[in-house]
Amino acid sequence: MVRVQHEAFDAGLELAKLREGDRRVGAVAAFIGTVRDVNDDASVRTLTLEHYPGMTEKALSAIVDEAKQRFDVYEIAVIHRVGELAPTDPIVFVGVTSAHRGAAFDACRFVMDYLKTRAPFWKKELTSQGERWVEARASDDAAATSWERSVDR
Amino acid sequence: MRDHSSVTVRLVYLARLREAFASAGESLAWTREDEPTVAKLLDALRERGGAFRNELSTGRAVRVAVNHAVARPDDVVRDGDEVALFPPVTGG
Repeated sequence: MVRVQHEAFDAGLELAKLREGDRRVGAVAAFIGTVRDVNDDASVRTLTLEHYPGMTEKALSAIVDEAKQRFDVYEIAVIHRVGELAPTDPIVFVGVTSAHRGAAFDACRFVMDYLKTRAPFWKKELTSQGERWVEARASDDAAATSWERSVDR
Repeated sequence: MRDHSSVTVRLVYLARLREAFASAGESLAWTREDEPTVAKLLDALRERGGAFRNELSTGRAVRVAVNHAVARPDDVVRDGDEVALFPPVTGG
């Protein structure tokens, strides 16, 4: 399940829905990304997230499909917010169910690492110094690439 | 021989590029003798000068998607395609 939405999400509710009724599930892993108050030495007042309707949902679904192929997991949910957010607001939710914790942790991390470099979202910050588009980080590329090496191993 | 003389694509500009071009997108009718590719489309836009030349210069990272799939420079662009130009992604 993937969803792009303006409104906040209830992580507890989403995890309950993901887990509900599946007796095979022995592990549920989740990640929640939130807005920090400081980025690159400037204080952040608001963070505005933009996406590319149509492509963004397809890219998220492709990442979920790939995670399900790579890891022994049952269900994966991804919710990503767009629009204007403020420090402490939740941005993204990833939930994974599996029989055991290893696959659940791995798939959760994989989805986030790929989302960071492949899903079309862009962040614009309003800081004490004015507006600026957030630049892509080399460390995010390295995190996504590390999964390719781990497959070749 | 195929006729490449009339290719119309829907261009979509996102994030920093939308602001720099002061446009969310446009319909571009494009006339070329040889087979149109992503790289040639970017060349044609650069020739406009101004913000297009600046933002699409070789030193700046620009990503291209054709019909919602990530595209490479030598991918062919066809009549009716939606071609999106955007900076490296920063979600999550």
